[in-house]
Amino acid sequence: MNIAVLIKLVPDLVEELEIDATGTALDTTWLRLIINEVDEHALEQALLLKERGGGDVTVVTAEGDGAEDVLYAAAAKGSDRLIRLRGISFEDAPGNHTLARVFAAVLRDLEPDLVLTGVQAHNDLDGSLGPLLAEEMGMPYVGYLSGVQTEDGVCRVMKEYPGGLAAEMEIALPAVLGIQASEEPPRYLAISRIRQAMKTATIVDREAEQPDTTGAPGVISMFTPEVGEAATMLTGADDEVAARIVEILSEQGLL
Amino acid sequence: MAVAIDAERSFTESLEHRLLDIENGERIRACLQCGLCSGTCPVGYLMDFPPHKMIAALRAGMFEEVLSHDSIWLCVSCHACADVCPAQIPLTDGLMTVAKEEMVLAGNTPVELQDALEKSQRYGNPLGESPRRRAAWVEKAGIDVPVMRELRRPVEALWFVGDYASHHPRAQLATVALAKVFRALDVDFGILGAEETSDGDSQRLAGERGLFEMLADKNAKALSQYEFGEIVTADPHAYNAFLNEYPGLDIAYPTRHYTQFLADNLDRLRPLLTGRIDATVAYHDPCYLGRANGVYEQPRRLLEAIPGVTLVEMRHTRQASLCCGRGGGGMWLDGFLWEKGRVRPSEWRVSEAVDAGAEILALACPYEAPRFEDATKTVAGAGDLIVRDIAELLVEAMDG
Amino acid sequence: MSDDIHVFIEHLRGEVAEITLISLAAARVIAEQTGGEVVGVLLGHDVQGLAAGLAADRILSIDDPAAGDYSPDLYIATLAGLIDSQTPRAVLFGDTSMGAEIAGCLSGRLGLPLVGRCHTVRAADDQIRVVSQICGGKIFVESALPESTVVVSMVPGGHRPDDGRSETAAPIETIPAPAFGEPRVALKRYVEPEIGEIDITKEDVLVAIGRGIQLEENVELAEELAQALGGALCASRPIIDQGWLPSSQMVGKSGKRVEPKVYLALGVSGAPEHVEGMASSATVIAVNTDPAAPIFDVAHYGTEADLLDLLPELIDKVKAAGAG
Repeated sequence: MNIAVLIKLVPDLVEELEIDATGTALDTTWLRLIINEVDEHALEQALLLKERGGGDVTVVTAEGDGAEDVLYAAAAKGSDRLIRLRGISFEDAPGNHTLARVFAAVLRDLEPDLVLTGVQAHNDLDGSLGPLLAEEMGMPYVGYLSGVQTEDGVCRVMKEYPGGLAAEMEIALPAVLGIQASEEPPRYLAISRIRQAMKTATIVDREAEQPDTTGAPGVISMFTPEVGEAATMLTGADDEVAARIVEILSEQGLL
Repeated sequence: MAVAIDAERSFTESLEHRLLDIENGERIRACLQCGLCSGTCPVGYLMDFPPHKMIAALRAGMFEEVLSHDSIWLCVSCHACADVCPAQIPLTDGLMTVAKEEMVLAGNTPVELQDALEKSQRYGNPLGESPRRRAAWVEKAGIDVPVMRELRRPVEALWFVGDYASHHPRAQLATVALAKVFRALDVDFGILGAEETSDGDSQRLAGERGLFEMLADKNAKALSQYEFGEIVTADPHAYNAFLNEYPGLDIAYPTRHYTQFLADNLDRLRPLLTGRIDATVAYHDPCYLGRANGVYEQPRRLLEAIPGVTLVEMRHTRQASLCCGRGGGGMWLDGFLWEKGRVRPSEWRVSEAVDAGAEILALACPYEAPRFEDATKTVAGAGDLIVRDIAELLVEAMDG
Repeated sequence: MSDDIHVFIEHLRGEVAEITLISLAAARVIAEQTGGEVVGVLLGHDVQGLAAGLAADRILSIDDPAAGDYSPDLYIATLAGLIDSQTPRAVLFGDTSMGAEIAGCLSGRLGLPLVGRCHTVRAADDQIRVVSQICGGKIFVESALPESTVVVSMVPGGHRPDDGRSETAAPIETIPAPAFGEPRVALKRYVEPEIGEIDITKEDVLVAIGRGIQLEENVELAEELAQALGGALCASRPIIDQGWLPSSQMVGKSGKRVEPKVYLALGVSGAPEHVEGMASSATVIAVNTDPAAPIFDVAHYGTEADLLDLLPELIDKVKAAGAG
């Protein structure tokens, strides 16, 4: 089983987001990039599949602060190949139409049986990556998955619907899968293991093809929502705040 | 640096080898199997393999069995075992920490702890706060605290603030109080602000040696840019790191805990304590100030300098002090301990304070206030017990 | 290209998704600008009854036993054919487990632009503007609706579901199903949700916990509060993923939709995926130390108090007042 995992870096929401002078993009001065949370689940799911049924895991990402660390951590966790696309950076928040095209160009050479991506990222402005990539590759796609099993070339996935309902589906390989949650929580790796990987693992740099960037909407402006517009803020010592909340609950006839 | 198990030796042999590498590690051979360690351990009764049984397992060549149990994560690195060991085996820094390192290397880390370690990696603090906001408490308190980068001159004291003292809302109150004391004493000091990173000592004791080294390296780089006479910190875990662990990484600075620093300046501090605190006060010795590093007198001298304070001792005091349960990763394994034993060490301690007739429980470690305050809400008769850092009490006495 | 706006009627096991109503409301705004019609697209088997009550000008229905359950391949192929022949101005989907992948694949396959996470559409001069909500609700992005047939995926919050309802039944036009090939994705079975002891959709008071609860032991405190209030405990996804509560108690996009009288959100940041499931609550009280947390946008009352300090106070006071 040849498994490819695509990893996006996205703005870390722990940092306050600011909009730059053009008013159409995030200010990158203080922007910190972080691995897209569900991509971490996609990687974990790929490693679980490898551990259960053997195979190769190739991790593909693009440029951006922290991309190397993400790749080395993936190697230390058990990934076999690391590819970084040069010439396209997550700092510029490329659209998923663009990313799908540049990732597809690399994936075609790899001929994967399975391509795993996180089902979405919080900054997806033009749809999520998985379906767009699947169409580029001519592969089927199914997303919102919380489980993947492969056996004798048959791939069974668990698709989540609202309300806790799930559907077990069978998908023909090769396929692209959008992972919502891996079957086990992503594993922790001791830093010393990552440092070992930095010495032994190789990152293969590939020049991204000059991408066609159509498909995403043109941004006119970006703005932050008025926080607490509707909310009446309760302030004071904890016991005063608690007393106010109890009053509100009483007004609703609940106490 | 933690090294993976050598393939040519058996697991137990490799582990023994690593233990022997530690200072005084060979004393493990002198273990009498007296069991004092396990009996003294506050949570030994909950462990499948308390310290003396771990040593027995090591001797029997069956340490894998020990690592197949997760009870090692109950250890809060409080040094109680090491302190009572008649053979003076480095149990806390050696056996327990090495065993935790093996667990972490094997990827066998409780989820709660994993979260704190990941945040430490990513943000340089285990709380997952933006490192940019490390000195946000200064602005919040509206006080003047010089940051080294802006100060651009040597200072006498570089104040290493620490993780919880910087980011935790309750601990910040004590941090602000200490800033006020420094200002009142006209101390020539500065902080690293956003350049400060977690000291990493609790991560080290939780088995993440590599992370500790990474964090220490960041601090070393930040510190090397500035000139200062000494480091002063309110965080006993940072104090321990600078005193005992950083020198091994070639990061060596004279370091004092703030209680030492202030006690040494007591002549100048005393006249400022114009108010009174008429109360019976019990002082809790933090493990990494007291038992691990022998600082017992200075905090008490500061408390006794406050007019009106009557100092009492709790049942477990000084060397025998009872851990608050937050060290050695315990801070990040609360849920684990609760699940295993349905106990909260902070509640035991608060009961002792009540039994000693204390009206105020005085502290000298930023890890403690939030937990002890929680415990006053659940322990019978503790509802009126006031939990304060020594710095907070000093400010109260100065304002009076 | 026609001036009509298509809305994919998302239904699962006989129920139309609320996001479809929201999409119909948004489609109406666009149609008023283009002068076209709002067209509901209903794909399935024996589901024409679901079209009743939807605020569409007409319904295009494709009925086939093979389309009885959602099948990604078959649905995408069918809708691609329909868009090719009808060339609507826009096609709206919910940004859901079902809608997101259909929208993405259609955009890729037909080379159509896609506007994702669309929160609001509005007319501005001669243009149609769309506002997308990204970065966990912390950033809004305004763009012009592209000038060709465009695929839009909708998130809730900007348009009211009620505006997508109608008393008048829209005429239904049946289109013959295309010849289906062998689908590459096949439904094997449904896995029913675990039956929790409590049904959070039926509670008057819900105490919701998010990442801010920090530790598993604190869950018990929240549970104590919920019990004192005579309500139930629910949570956002991270808590469920930790295994601290069963998935039957998850609120949000992949969890349940709830409308209690009071929703007390403790340490919930208010990511759109969560808000989707609780925005209709009558009164929302949010406790979060981050003043920029998006939960305050949907809350009626908010406080920046530390929930771990506040909880014990609140439990005491609620117990003293007694649940009514």
